[in-house]
Amino acid sequence: MARAVTTQHKAVATIAAWVVAFLIFFPILYTIITSFKSETEAIAGFNLIPSGTLESYVEVQAQSNYFKFFLNSVILSVGSTILALAVAIPAAWSMAFSPTRRTKDILMWMLSTKMMPAVAVLFPIYLIFRDTGLLDSRIGLTIMLMLINLPIVVWMLYTYFREIPGEILEAARMDGASLWGEIWYVLTPMAVPGIASTMLLNIILAWNEAFWTIRLTTTEAAPLTAFISSFSSPQGLFWAKLSAASTLAIAPILIMGWFSQKQLVRGLTFGAVK
Amino acid sequence: MKLKTLVLSLCSASALAFAAHAETITIATVNNGDMIRMQKLTDDFTTKNPDIELNWVTLEENVLRERVTTDIATKGGQYDVMTIGTYEVPIWAKQQWLLPLDNLGADYDAADIIPAIAGGLSVDGKLYAAPFYGESSFIMYRKDLFEKSGLTMPDAPTWDFVAEAARKIKADNPDVNGICLRGKAGWGENMAFLTAMSNSFGARWFDENWKPQFDQPEWKNTLQFYVDLMKDAGPSGASSNGFNENLALFQQGKCGMWIDATVAASFVSNPKDSTVADKVAYALAPDTGLGKRGNWLWAWSLAIPAGTQKADAAQKFVSWATSKAYLDLVASKEGWANVPPGTRTSLYNNPEYQKAAPFAKMTLDSINSADPTKPTVKPVPYVGVQFVAIPEFQGLGTTVGQLFSAALAGQSSVDDALKQAQDAATAAMTEGGYIQ
Repeated sequence: MARAVTTQHKAVATIAAWVVAFLIFFPILYTIITSFKSETEAIAGFNLIPSGTLESYVEVQAQSNYFKFFLNSVILSVGSTILALAVAIPAAWSMAFSPTRRTKDILMWMLSTKMMPAVAVLFPIYLIFRDTGLLDSRIGLTIMLMLINLPIVVWMLYTYFREIPGEILEAARMDGASLWGEIWYVLTPMAVPGIASTMLLNIILAWNEAFWTIRLTTTEAAPLTAFISSFSSPQGLFWAKLSAASTLAIAPILIMGWFSQKQLVRGLTFGAVK
Repeated sequence: MKLKTLVLSLCSASALAFAAHAETITIATVNNGDMIRMQKLTDDFTTKNPDIELNWVTLEENVLRERVTTDIATKGGQYDVMTIGTYEVPIWAKQQWLLPLDNLGADYDAADIIPAIAGGLSVDGKLYAAPFYGESSFIMYRKDLFEKSGLTMPDAPTWDFVAEAARKIKADNPDVNGICLRGKAGWGENMAFLTAMSNSFGARWFDENWKPQFDQPEWKNTLQFYVDLMKDAGPSGASSNGFNENLALFQQGKCGMWIDATVAASFVSNPKDSTVADKVAYALAPDTGLGKRGNWLWAWSLAIPAGTQKADAAQKFVSWATSKAYLDLVASKEGWANVPPGTRTSLYNNPEYQKAAPFAKMTLDSINSADPTKPTVKPVPYVGVQFVAIPEFQGLGTTVGQLFSAALAGQSSVDDALKQAQDAATAAMTEGGYIQ
């Protein structure tokens, strides 16, 4: 009887998981479907069967240089991730293995910066970028994206590092390892899965960041978020073209996420069940 | 061989030196059909001006507005040419954020710009933005449905006739909405339509002393008329419908009438996209006999921010894009029907354009009947037909638009919406220092 209940529970849980997953994925699926419709079909109402036209993709390609935006997205997301890891690994190490009375407060404060609406600091940031010549520059935007995602990166790495026994690091110290040797040769190899999943998540977050990437760029550093934004029209139908542009923009990150889903899930659930 | 090498080297060196001196200007624009067409035709400009290169930044309308406002207010210098509308021009020109366009070339013929449009883009007699395309609003209606219902649309109908016709078309054709009007909240969406409509009902946003007027009977008449008409003969879910949603409905044959931007005429009469292309006719926006019609005036225009370092190159580009020669260029490449409308008088005297665009005369008549300097029946202290050209209007217009959209959706009564609009406008005017 108990076995039957367990099987029933499992079946219900599985169905519920599939339903939730489908609900989450549906907007993306519908965007992809809409990209294969004509503009008239796209605005006509809910319809899951597209006519299969590729005219929106042709139009999108004709209007914009997709690869220029794509290249910027790659540079910005990968660059900001490398930079964030370079700062966050030592920071997380310090907080995990040499905590002070204020460590928790610092961690909470870092997280609290994510609670502030970005628009609240738009003007100060814009003026700093203007005065330092960083407007529409990949360097400026890489730094910006790194700073935005740094709290999450530090938190994730901190959670990972806390799982590593401190005795191993102590042993390395007794064997004469320097501070950097300890971090680089002992801690980092042990935390590779955690660093990898943090890296993947950060790339996804940086890839999808739209507020700053649209507002601090014009042509040279504009990534795929700006590419998508350019297809919205105040006078003229645009849903199919916008969907085609969105599909092209999310395709690379969707594929990357698909191949790295195990690492991502592990990274996101690490420490959740103890 | 040596000579050939030398000549080639010299050519390469001069080309490199030339490229090094080429000036790049950045143009911010929206993704409208006419703007995209301009981007495709820029080879003509760069061939004539090989020392100027063009960078395009195409943005969603609200993002564009926010970006160019930020850039111009902080003198960011990211753009050399900006696409802005008749709302921004008088405000920004007074702030000295825009350069006057006084160097557009000897053959530019600024006198050919339609006077109503030029007036909306000028301050103290100086042109601060050159119109790329202009529009008013008018009625687009289905000839076949009018005929079926035994109705004849006058060239200049009244609101009473329009309402009666809408209800009759709806009664005779249950699958068709008698009329489609904007309901989506926003200062440039439902409030563009409702402000223009209110002008024809004798209403105004503010009196001569900037006191809000939503508590006056003219506004009550306007909003009640609109809500009742849409309830009886409008589409379901109309409070979500803006330009594009109504365009799709009309193109699919779901509207007996649609009152909206004159540029829509080229969309609804295009057989490629519209199922009713051969059944559409046009009439002036309605009135109530008070001397003002419910049509607006707008022009997407090219302006040069005062902070640009490349003013000469920017003026050359603006001159090219808004010239008579550009209209000829579009006509030769894409046909007269695709020429940007509503900017030059000469276009409307062109028989080829008149033939290709049966809505040409009605468009010009609509544009000419809108006066941004005297938009209302009673006197007002502001400029603008479907907007009030003050910085506070974007926020206030959207707030009032949300209230009126809620009234259309049945979430509040007309009286409640007007009372809240009056309160919101009074608060905004007090905060802005217009009233005590």
